[in-house]
Amino acid sequence: MTADNKKMKISLKIWRQESPQAAGHFEAYELDDVTPEMSFLEMLDHLNEKLVSEGKTPVYFESDCREGICGTCGLVINGIAHGVGPRKATCQLHMRSFQDGETIHVEPWRAKAFPVIQDLGVDRSAFDRIIAAGGYVSVNTGNAPDGNSLPVGKTTAEQAFDAAACIGCGACVAACKNASASLFVSAKISQYALLPQGQPERARRAGAMVAQMEEEAFGSCTNETECSAVCPKGISFENIVRMNREFLRSQFGSTEIE
Amino acid sequence: MMKLDAKIPSGDISEKWTRHKFEMKLVSPANRRKHQIIIVGTGLAGASAAATLGEAGYQVKSIFYHESPRRAHSIAAQGGINAAKNYQNDGDSVFRLFYDTIKGGDFRAREANVHRLAEVSTSIIDQCVAQGVPFAREYGGTLANRSFGGTQVSRTFYARGQTGQQLLLGAYGAMMRQVDAGQVEMLTRREFMDLVVVNGQARGVIVRNLLTGELETHMGSAVVLATGGYSNVYYLSTNAKHSNVSATWRAYKKGALFANPSFMQIHPTCIPVSGDYQSKLTLMSESLRNDGRVWVPKQAGDKRSPTQIPESERDYFLERKYPSFGNLVPRDVASRNAKTVCDEGRGVGNSGEAVYLDFADAIGRLGPQKIAEKYGNLFEIYSNITGEDPYKLPMRIFPAPHYTMGGLWVDYHLMTTIPGLFAIGEANFSDHGANRLGASALMQGLADGYFVLPYTLANYLGNTSLASVSDQADEAKATRRSVAEKIDRILGVKGKTPVTVIHRRLGRVMWNFVGMSRSKEGCQKAIQEIRELREEFWSDCAVPGDANTLNHSIELAGRVADFLEFGELIAKDAETREESCGCHFREEYQTPENEALRNDDAFAHVAAFEYQGEDKEALRHQEALVFENVKPSQRSYK
Ligand SMILES: Cc1cc2nc3c(=O)[nH]c(=O)nc-3n(C[C@H](O)[C@H](O)[C@H](O)COP(=O)(O)OP(=O)(O)OC[C@H]3O[C@@H](n4cnc5c(N)ncnc54)[C@H](O)[C@@H]3O)c2cc1C
Repeated sequence: MTADNKKMKISLKIWRQESPQAAGHFEAYELDDVTPEMSFLEMLDHLNEKLVSEGKTPVYFESDCREGICGTCGLVINGIAHGVGPRKATCQLHMRSFQDGETIHVEPWRAKAFPVIQDLGVDRSAFDRIIAAGGYVSVNTGNAPDGNSLPVGKTTAEQAFDAAACIGCGACVAACKNASASLFVSAKISQYALLPQGQPERARRAGAMVAQMEEEAFGSCTNETECSAVCPKGISFENIVRMNREFLRSQFGSTEIE
Repeated sequence: MMKLDAKIPSGDISEKWTRHKFEMKLVSPANRRKHQIIIVGTGLAGASAAATLGEAGYQVKSIFYHESPRRAHSIAAQGGINAAKNYQNDGDSVFRLFYDTIKGGDFRAREANVHRLAEVSTSIIDQCVAQGVPFAREYGGTLANRSFGGTQVSRTFYARGQTGQQLLLGAYGAMMRQVDAGQVEMLTRREFMDLVVVNGQARGVIVRNLLTGELETHMGSAVVLATGGYSNVYYLSTNAKHSNVSATWRAYKKGALFANPSFMQIHPTCIPVSGDYQSKLTLMSESLRNDGRVWVPKQAGDKRSPTQIPESERDYFLERKYPSFGNLVPRDVASRNAKTVCDEGRGVGNSGEAVYLDFADAIGRLGPQKIAEKYGNLFEIYSNITGEDPYKLPMRIFPAPHYTMGGLWVDYHLMTTIPGLFAIGEANFSDHGANRLGASALMQGLADGYFVLPYTLANYLGNTSLASVSDQADEAKATRRSVAEKIDRILGVKGKTPVTVIHRRLGRVMWNFVGMSRSKEGCQKAIQEIRELREEFWSDCAVPGDANTLNHSIELAGRVADFLEFGELIAKDAETREESCGCHFREEYQTPENEALRNDDAFAHVAAFEYQGEDKEALRHQEALVFENVKPSQRSYK
């Protein structure tokens, strides 16, 4: 089926770790039949098929939609969260971005708040706990007014969307030298701070989400902007600036609509 | 033979739901907290149900295999969600949405369910807006709409090309609020293994904790399956890698009927296959057909680059054959026509298995800026995968398995044939007949979860006496034992062939014989080949590792084992439905213009299959479809 029959030789150094408690190590693998149109994860699928047919344990990694939206996949590839190239998740990286004969290092997200569960898979449930603390508008089903009753300016809606586009993959944490979750948290706070629907709980939300973030094992933000650089959705660093403002308001301002 | 009672309320179609809501039993607030409700799945259907039932005061256990509710496959939906708001003042109404859906489904859906769906569609948009879903807006601040296939009005609400993501994040937020409130307990990374049925009622589930391998029993007053669709039986599909049929299939083996399994939507606009190792196919949203024009060269074998082919030598075949709907014909029609032109040797690209979707006119008319605003992220996905720039060259697209109209049979209350077992979202068969219209799955998932199940579940609880049962009940222990045995059996094969290899082969059989076009002979061949693959699986599958630990291979193998059984039921359904309707195209039954030729006398019914035991033929039941409000006609989009 492949028109281009070019095969690439790839050396892999992959992080293997049996369990959260076990010590991990890099393991070397060679593949000599990689094709440029394979995605990076398809290359790993291929490796796993080989390992399984040799009776070996496949490499555990996570992925699902394979089109950059579910946020499940996430590997540090040659030191870069989601690998080389702007605005893509690991599943959107293709082998044509690598050289024939190249050696590729593959590691999981490294952050205290994201413990490794096996090999390249990590536990990001801290993100869910932050959302549970306040990342929503409290409106019960059936309680809503007509959709057009509150106009939202086009630009505002677009800005809110840009923040809401976060896929929760955690690359921002993995890329940050302090393992801060600020970009993730600020994106959600911004979405609702921008929209009229988010106003009634605006201050409470910012306070609660930031408090939960601090309770988890994330570090603090020191304005390196590495997070935005690796973000598959290009979530802007400005959201963090907004979050800081919102947080201050929540501490000193009123807690209701102004 | 078992008589299928859909429990459709009496009265005029437009009053059925309203009146029935009043007639149904309620559960008082004080009693709700006594009920443990188990919901499997957190896509739009499961998350909206968990949130709403939690708000109402039930104790909800939300169980799913993902690490977070937000990872459910609904997140990937692109184009939009329908609602009969008529904000565009273009003649839309609840009745029109109902009519379009019945007609789009080629008269194989139940009228009462579809009308209810159209009725609640408007509340869905209100709910989502109130949650802060950033829908697209006009400059004046009102909600924007676009058109989808099979309709002549503009009723699709959207959030760029990430509508499913935004709707799911809204439902996920609502659900996490209930987690915070202690109403919903999340059990992440759990695979549904089997249903526990006690005294004929669904009372619990056996799940496998994917982190530890441990089997757990969870009991409750009712079980809701919101586990999505099964397109991955074709191996290559637009679904997420882990989408599966296992939950609904195992419920089927416990006695729930499976309806119209062969009703499988093949989406016309996907990025074509590029290589042998391809793991999935990527959808290019139907919304692109608002502005993209579909064409192939008039001459077979024309290998010139698209820009070298003059207008006069292009065949815009959808516009030519269907002047009133043009590029916006329903999916089944668009897919079949793409296949036809490729079969004629007019397909494009290296494989010849693709047609063009061309934006040159729209870019000329509106400018690249406007096009980027509407479809920017889709264009980005396309160029990322293919390495080509769709602003300069037309996209190459080809149909791919995408959505399953079939699913567990449910009555008007969304309850399966096992009392206390409900199925919502793509997991049930209820609303789309033989073909789903674009932007209607998100609508149905949220309708089921936010606005229908909360009423019908209460009615079930209010009408049913439930004995108290524990996880030590004999039925629970026996089910758990059989689950453990099945896992041991898989690990015991110790063969040489990776399960993914077998799955890929199954996909090829399904695509070739029960894909876009089917025949009696093909279906029989499929059944034969599936049986051989199943044998190969149980004698030679390679599943490394142990049961009592995180072992991803076990999940994969379990799902492939189920697909290998289920594929046969699809072929059987396709074989026994001796007509063409919607997605189901039997070569033997077509009009002189090669359109699907229905046989309403013999097949105006839902086919629902009942499990009869290992290696026994399933029993085919029928639910007759009665059309009182829309007269079945030969669908015409000309
Ligand atoms: C690429 C793409 C684009 C689409 N675009 C649109 C669109 O624009 N408009 C539209 O209306 N529709 C669209 N659809 C269809 C629509 O997205 C789906 O039909 C819908 O989201 C299904 O939702 P659901 O809640 O039923 O299931 P899903 O979202 O699939 O959720 C299934 C849930 O069940 C859980 N689960 C499944 N199996 C098991 C198991 N065995 N054990 C434990 N848990 C399990 C999963 O963890 C998950 O939480 C699109 C589909 C695709 C593939």
